[in-house]
Amino acid sequence: MTTLGILLVLVLLLVVFGLLFRLQILTSIFSGSSAREVGVSNRVNAILFIIFLVVGGAAFAWSFIDNYDKMNPPIASVHGHATERMFWTTMIILGIVFTLTQILLFVYSYKYQHKEGRRAFFFPHNNKIEVIWTLIPAIVMAGLVFAGWKEWTRITGPAPKDAVVVEVMGKQFNWLVRYPGRDQKLGVVNYRLIDATNEFGFDLSDKNGVDDFVAPEIHVPKGHPVLLKIRSRDVLHAVYMPHFRVQMYAVPGMPTKFWFTPTKTTDEMRAQTGNPKFNYELACNQICGRGHFAMKLNIVVDEPDDYVAWFGQQKSFSEQNPDVLASFKQKSDKLAGNEAAAPEAAAVIPAAAKASL
Amino acid sequence: MAANLPTQAQVQGGAGVTEPGITHDEHAHHDEHHEQSFLEKYIFSTDHKVIAKQFLITGIFWAIIGGTLSSLFRLQLGWPESTFEWLSPFLGKWIEAGKLNPEFYLALVTMHGTIMVFFVLTAGLSGTFSNFLIPLQIGARDMASGFMNMLSYWFFFLSSVVMFSSLFIETGPAAAGWTIYPPLSALPQAIPGSGAGQTLWLVSMALFIVSQLLGGVNYITTVINLRTQGMSMSKLPLTIWAFFLTAILGLLSFPVLFSAALLLIFDRSFGTSFFLSDIYIAGQALPNTGGSPILFQHLFWFLGHPEVYIVIMPAMGMVSEILATNARKPIFGYRAMIGSLLGISLLSFIVWAHHMFVTGMNPFLGSVFMFLTLIIAVPSAVKTFNWLATLWRGNIRFTTAMLFSIGFVSLFIAGGLTGIVLGNAALDIQMHNTYFVVAHFHLVMGSSAFFGLWAGVYHWFPKMFGRMMDEKLGYVHFWLTFLGVYLVFLPMHYVGIAGFPRRYYAWTGFDTFSQFADLNKFISAAAIIAFFAQFVFIFNFFYSIFRGRRATENPWNSTTLEWTTPVVPGHGNWPGAIPAVHRWPYDYSKPGAAEDFIPQHVPYSQTQSSNLPYEKEME
Repeated sequence: MTTLGILLVLVLLLVVFGLLFRLQILTSIFSGSSAREVGVSNRVNAILFIIFLVVGGAAFAWSFIDNYDKMNPPIASVHGHATERMFWTTMIILGIVFTLTQILLFVYSYKYQHKEGRRAFFFPHNNKIEVIWTLIPAIVMAGLVFAGWKEWTRITGPAPKDAVVVEVMGKQFNWLVRYPGRDQKLGVVNYRLIDATNEFGFDLSDKNGVDDFVAPEIHVPKGHPVLLKIRSRDVLHAVYMPHFRVQMYAVPGMPTKFWFTPTKTTDEMRAQTGNPKFNYELACNQICGRGHFAMKLNIVVDEPDDYVAWFGQQKSFSEQNPDVLASFKQKSDKLAGNEAAAPEAAAVIPAAAKASL
Repeated sequence: MAANLPTQAQVQGGAGVTEPGITHDEHAHHDEHHEQSFLEKYIFSTDHKVIAKQFLITGIFWAIIGGTLSSLFRLQLGWPESTFEWLSPFLGKWIEAGKLNPEFYLALVTMHGTIMVFFVLTAGLSGTFSNFLIPLQIGARDMASGFMNMLSYWFFFLSSVVMFSSLFIETGPAAAGWTIYPPLSALPQAIPGSGAGQTLWLVSMALFIVSQLLGGVNYITTVINLRTQGMSMSKLPLTIWAFFLTAILGLLSFPVLFSAALLLIFDRSFGTSFFLSDIYIAGQALPNTGGSPILFQHLFWFLGHPEVYIVIMPAMGMVSEILATNARKPIFGYRAMIGSLLGISLLSFIVWAHHMFVTGMNPFLGSVFMFLTLIIAVPSAVKTFNWLATLWRGNIRFTTAMLFSIGFVSLFIAGGLTGIVLGNAALDIQMHNTYFVVAHFHLVMGSSAFFGLWAGVYHWFPKMFGRMMDEKLGYVHFWLTFLGVYLVFLPMHYVGIAGFPRRYYAWTGFDTFSQFADLNKFISAAAIIAFFAQFVFIFNFFYSIFRGRRATENPWNSTTLEWTTPVVPGHGNWPGAIPAVHRWPYDYSKPGAAEDFIPQHVPYSQTQSSNLPYEKEME
């Protein structure tokens, strides 16, 4: 019944609009305005452009300022500060160009609206002006390219040798995290070995993998370079960590990487944002299927000491899954001795870096 | 084979080869003797004007579908907590317990992108106006091959049928994003849309590419060979330059998409590993090794980037033309405008990898592509400044077409500028695949190309149908749309700067993305209202075809050749001889001239009072 009512109202509205439309045509014929080449509406449109410029500009400025605080995820990495500065510098330059050109566009539209008896200024070209407004953007662009190139090279350059290594693997629809263990070497994995238990496809005949451990979330130490090694085991995913200004695709068959240095612990960020539940989050940013929008992983930035302690508590994958280990024909007696030893801080964060912390 | 068709023979004046600069009018009067059947005249027509209308109306159909899809997913994004039981009569099983199925959501965004980019803004825009304007503005009786032109439309039609049917199949249409990156698009195990839906998508796109190539070859040949006497390349209207370069871009880049699609079909159906490697999915390790998903992206964007210029350049050309006509002023810097079109065309082929900065591609390659990408801002800036200079000291008539052209410039600036952020690899790390990108390209290539399309329709409607569109309704349409576009896409930048990822069904799972629920509601509401405003246009369009005010031959007092034809030009365009061309297309408000425009076919000998010194010798 309500549906019928709504339909009826819609039909009646359309009829009213139709009648108004016919009426408008008839009046324009009777008033003779349809015969004039340029009528009153020309002036109305010119004024509307000015109103659009003024009211629209003000509304844009207001909404921008109003939303500014919500726009910037707080920064928690060294290069994040640099790119953030560059982003807003670029935005200011663009904002100036945007404002000037839009003002010119709408003011010209208003100012040079049709006037009876006036003739437009015949001004087909002027090479000097063309050269000027080719060169100026070219110079500005050159500056922006140079700044961007310098920063990009720095960010994508080789990671420091002492970086903490963490591996993230994307799968439909969650992330798996693997640490290299005390030997700081990630073991070989093979996608053909993947099953419900061995989600990474550990090939434990490689000794380097025996002390690798998996974790439900990423832990990284503050103030220390972190090298993310990124892989995918099914479709494309992308590691996106907005607070760290980090993004890199996870590509099946082609490991990728990204390194960064976190600058604030999770606790510090909780204090800064006034949100006791704050967590650094890693989101998938490449369409990957049904659960794409829910592929979340938490990242915890610890004080270096806490990180070392956390690292020490982790049990290797092989230790937790002895049957997987047994299935690889390994000399288990040789490994037993190693596993007993407690992890030392020096092995967790390489010595050179420790000094710098 | 084309010459066997009777209509074709007449259109070309019976001559197989037509020399440039030679009018071929001697057989033109033949068409009056020949009665065409309905089928020949309106369905399997070889007349470029009818084919143009076919492209346009098919494009409008697709635009309604594409817009409807976007309204559906904007509902989900604006009100993620709501239930949409009321949509189940339309969407059937895709509404599960009142919620939109997340896989269907991805299918919606995929099909919205595919439809808008290819079917509306490539076929509907360039297909319509390249067909309609090239012969009319260069002074030709028809395209070089009317038969191929007809095939071009019917391949497009076939491609449309296949794509449309994919919307209704059980596993749903393609859902891997309009960029169909494998492995997602290659593996039905990964998402059901990658089954039959993706197959149909690929088949449809292959047919679409055939259509584009048939059209493109024709446009290029026609512009090179069939210009009327005196119509040198340096007297071509900017529209023709834009269509010409667009066709070249399409001809060089679409085959690469074809190859990508073909290799993907091989991977999907014949067990090859071009794009697949080391995959464990649905409890199974696949045998494929050695392929590279990144290779697909290189192939895709080698088309994909020129494609955005294929979409925008025809709009640029038409806007240049309309701005000059309605400002009653020559386009400022005609040669600079051609130069910048050439620059954009060239550069558009060597910037594709800026879509791939964070894919794991070698960072050095990223640096190179950043450099090339930011160069392309220069010709774009030159164009913008020239448009502004064209308005300066003009005598502007705000026809609906003019409003949309000014709107085009405004949106092109707004959307183009943020490209400078995204082209900077260091900044793209954060912005890649966020709503900042979505806002950027919807303004610069989506909305502004649409504005170019509308401007073109309002401007050339009198020549298409012999009647005028209603101006008042046009104003309502413009202002609602202009406002709507800004209300949707400006706030979307805020969402993007905050890092909201695109193609998310909901952001509610993340604390990081929890702050803009209200703004997203606002964007959704504005988008849906702006979508409904388009029905004003659709009503105006179809109403005016039958009931609009009758047009005159040259309602806008324009200079180009199409306005020298009868109100409704017949097959062959000019009843008598094709006019020869004597001057450039922008002699508006020339000092000393009797009227404020001098059409291209008026010789200098008739305009002695207004001739410039160097034109005196041409009298």
